[in-house]
Amino acid sequence: MSIAITTQIICFTVLSSVVIIGALGVVLLESIVYSAFLLGGVFMSVAGLYLLLNASFVAAAQVLVYVGAVNVLIIFAIMLVNKKEDLKPVNAIKSRRIISTSICLTLLSLLIRVDLTQVWNLSNPQDSIGEESTIRIGEHLFSDYLLPFEVASVLLLMAMIGAIVLARRDVMSKDISTGLPVDQELIEKTSEPLLTNKN
Amino acid sequence: MMNLESIPIQAFLIISSSLFCIGIWGLLNSRNAVRVLMSIELMLNAVNINLMAFSSYVDNNLIQGQVFTIFVITVAAAEAAVGLAILLSLYRNRVTVDMESFNLLKW
Repeated sequence: MSIAITTQIICFTVLSSVVIIGALGVVLLESIVYSAFLLGGVFMSVAGLYLLLNASFVAAAQVLVYVGAVNVLIIFAIMLVNKKEDLKPVNAIKSRRIISTSICLTLLSLLIRVDLTQVWNLSNPQDSIGEESTIRIGEHLFSDYLLPFEVASVLLLMAMIGAIVLARRDVMSKDISTGLPVDQELIEKTSEPLLTNKN
Repeated sequence: MMNLESIPIQAFLIISSSLFCIGIWGLLNSRNAVRVLMSIELMLNAVNINLMAFSSYVDNNLIQGQVFTIFVITVAAAEAAVGLAILLSLYRNRVTVDMESFNLLKW
């Protein structure tokens, strides 16, 4: 990385504070729409952190896949299921919250302790391939990681078909019992929800 | 200020640990199913930051961590698509996104 160290530190501070504050906003804000847009900001800042780590290809992939696909998908899901509903009170939610918060804080302190005390076997910065990482990733993907690369394509195909099967509405042109053409307006009508009374 | 040659690896690791713990907190405490999916994405990103930091500081010539990150991003995209499809079909059956009312598999 050819940027001066002071600039790097400033960029890192800004990006990491955006990541942490944005992530806190994602889990703490009341409105789910604000959470979704903050999540996009968190993804962008993580891409910036990747750029600081000399990984321009992964940063571009992060922006394309996370901001461009996953975040848009989440916003679409919010638009499809966005209904104001009063949540039913659940018993012992306060103690559950206290227990989960203490577990998370304990895990965080443990992880930070390991991060700070462990002596990492750092490699020589002179060996760094720096900006040529894209070439190296391409070499990896078509030599020693060829099988995972091909399996990933099968996985994406399976996920695509699975998502279509799970999310489709059954649209029929004819009524099964009578054989008459179906009134297409009926499809968008609310059907009797299954299993809502069984709680 | 300390005289540094580069940002220490510990800084990246601490950011990643904090992001992971925030993700776990959100996963355990959210009542909205969409927010649970967002928390899972946060945790996956925390893992990715970790992999990228080690790839850059410990393995800066072979950068296998970056290849792993590419695969994690791929799997995360597939996971998000299937997760949201499951959420949509759940919403169609139950007309709610409240995690507490999804107890179909409970005994």
